[in-house]
Amino acid sequence: MALTNETIKDRLITKFGEQLSHFEEPYGLLTFEAPKDLNLKVMQFLFDDEELRFQFLTDLTAVHYPDQRGRELAVVYHLHNLTDNIRLRFKVFTASERPDVFTATQLYSSANWMERETYDFFGINFVGHPNLKRILNVDEMEYFPLRKEFPLEDQTRIDKDDAMFGR
Amino acid sequence: MPEGYTGEGFFTTKLSDVVGLARKNSLWPMPFATSCCGIEFMATMASHYDLARFGAERLGFSPRQCDLLMVMGTIAKKMGPVVKQVYLQMAEPRWVMAVGACASSGGIFDTYSVLQGIDQVVPVDVYVPGCPPRPEAILDGFMRIQDLVGQESVRRRNSDQYKGLLQSYGIQ
Amino acid sequence: MSTEQHIKLREGSIEKTTTTLNLGPTHPATHGVFQNILELDGERIVSAEQTVGYIHRAFEKLAERRPLYQITTLTDRLNYCSSPINNMGWHLTCEKLLGVKTPKRVDYLRVIIMELSRISDHLICNSVVGVDSGAFTGFLYVMQYRELIYEIYEEVCGSRLTTNMGRIGGFERNFTAAAWEKLERFMAEYPAVLKEFEHLFNRNRIFMERTIGAGPISAERALNYGFTGPNLRAAGVDYDVRVHTPYSSYEDFTFDIPVGSTGDCYDRFLVRNGEMWQSLRIIEQAYRKIQDMKGAEAEIYHADAPEYYLPSKSDVYTKMEALIWHFKIVMGETDIPPGEVYQAVEGGNGELGFYLISDGGRTPYRLHFRRPCFIYYQAYSELTKGAMLSDAIIVMSSLNLIAGEMDA
Repeated sequence: MALTNETIKDRLITKFGEQLSHFEEPYGLLTFEAPKDLNLKVMQFLFDDEELRFQFLTDLTAVHYPDQRGRELAVVYHLHNLTDNIRLRFKVFTASERPDVFTATQLYSSANWMERETYDFFGINFVGHPNLKRILNVDEMEYFPLRKEFPLEDQTRIDKDDAMFGR
Repeated sequence: MPEGYTGEGFFTTKLSDVVGLARKNSLWPMPFATSCCGIEFMATMASHYDLARFGAERLGFSPRQCDLLMVMGTIAKKMGPVVKQVYLQMAEPRWVMAVGACASSGGIFDTYSVLQGIDQVVPVDVYVPGCPPRPEAILDGFMRIQDLVGQESVRRRNSDQYKGLLQSYGIQ
Repeated sequence: MSTEQHIKLREGSIEKTTTTLNLGPTHPATHGVFQNILELDGERIVSAEQTVGYIHRAFEKLAERRPLYQITTLTDRLNYCSSPINNMGWHLTCEKLLGVKTPKRVDYLRVIIMELSRISDHLICNSVVGVDSGAFTGFLYVMQYRELIYEIYEEVCGSRLTTNMGRIGGFERNFTAAAWEKLERFMAEYPAVLKEFEHLFNRNRIFMERTIGAGPISAERALNYGFTGPNLRAAGVDYDVRVHTPYSSYEDFTFDIPVGSTGDCYDRFLVRNGEMWQSLRIIEQAYRKIQDMKGAEAEIYHADAPEYYLPSKSDVYTKMEALIWHFKIVMGETDIPPGEVYQAVEGGNGELGFYLISDGGRTPYRLHFRRPCFIYYQAYSELTKGAMLSDAIIVMSSLNLIAGEMDA
């Protein structure tokens, strides 16, 4: 029997019950939300289970929603089951005051740099990461540029006139 | 040929013209290729748009042995000190060519992490616009550098104006 | 050797120390700017630490400022050796979000362009592996045919390298007769060139000794590191996005997936060569399918989506409705449905993914690029552990690391 989104959803609800929420299927991809303390347990379950076998981490990134108090930063994981060809996405939300999320590097080695990039852009502290430093920006940068409150342009440049460029 | 006075078995001209002629036809460029313009440079170096016919046969990768620094591609703020260090390692006389929109002025990337033109860190002689510039445009820029090299006075590098230019970049 | 020593050595006075070598951001072997700090014990590498970010251009933040059709120019500059694939991947993402369905002819035209750019990307990678091991000739031979591919791009979209090709829903103009003629010339002349290139390298004793056994990786480690593309296929896993989740009518074509066994540099070289042959096969099939289309079907080059595809200028100047659509599209007043979509395409280096979150506004709320180079470069320290310094250079160039894609 082929693995379907329904089967995956049933297995997850059987295992984790009410803690997983917001099950939807935008454009055919099963998406759900998990509490941030359970992110590793969910990924481990999806990895080890013989029927589910989500053993490939496609992508790890974050999104900043400044309007949702207490749930500003969302870490989004995209997983892929290569043998049955099914993808899935799940999100964990955390507040921006103490954004601590458990690291996935023990399970997937590819999460190492992806989490460093997410830390660099959003400031999410991945607990247990072997080397959490900035990766793409200069080390001395003090702010997290992809959060919505920071501008795109370098405000100290003198050769570009913002009025002419419509900003 | 530079202009001069010819006679039976001799030819007199200015020293700077002869030196300029020799230098401009044997420039040793250092390609500092960072991104997309670097691929157009590879196309310029290949046989279709041969750069070697202008005398730039030997591309050096050590700045201490090169005359011309060709900066091709976007320079991020993280890379700025590296460009400056490479420039400092070159010996006089040295020329700098900024190839592409990103090296000239930051290009389409008006962001917090991109240096808005390498002339923020090193003095530049020729700017080649384009995103990426066609190989013919890179060759045209190279020919302008050759014009500059051919007409340079032998006293220029010791002049006060040149020293003032380097001072403004913080280079001694 | 006699045990008498003329110089008395104290116990433990000669220690084994390692040398630190900085394979810095500017180096002929690093194609693009990234830095490796190697700890060497003599000639063997003990550990390698990578630094990237020297060309970080903040694409993801820039994309939050631009409407959907302006982001195509950003995607060009990701893997700039094969920019049409990035462009088409972005258009497919937008079409998925907006619900635009492209006709078959558009899909087949896209397939031709994507396979041409795959050939172009693999040609650069393989010839530069040759240059790094000392053989400059292969590079010069194949650059001539990359110039022909560039001429085909110029006929289609006007630009050689950073193509900004196509629109949401199709192409901006039909392929001209000159484009077809150049494509036919390419299909006729290129197989002989590829065969000659293979003759230079495949059974070349020096090349084989240089690359066999350099930087091998097992399939389990490769999957754990998130490898995709030719590097993963060289390790033995036949995962290809074109076959697993077909896009742009790839299911209508028959082609094989070349797979290696040990994942070392020689396997990666052969897998890329094999993929170039398969790309040629796909181009020929697509060409024949397009030539078989007759009449009105042969003139289609875009989808019927007036809300997202700019109408032709003659219509804009004469018809009221076209004028209104033109205004709405350019000023950004068309409805972009809110939602989130993930679309993956098989880029030159592997699965290039676009994760787009839209909140209904003119510009994306968040756009994230899943960049294969960034993800598999992490494995470099594991690939070169215990290898010699010259192997480190060959491994770096055979992984096809493109700095633009790594840093985005």
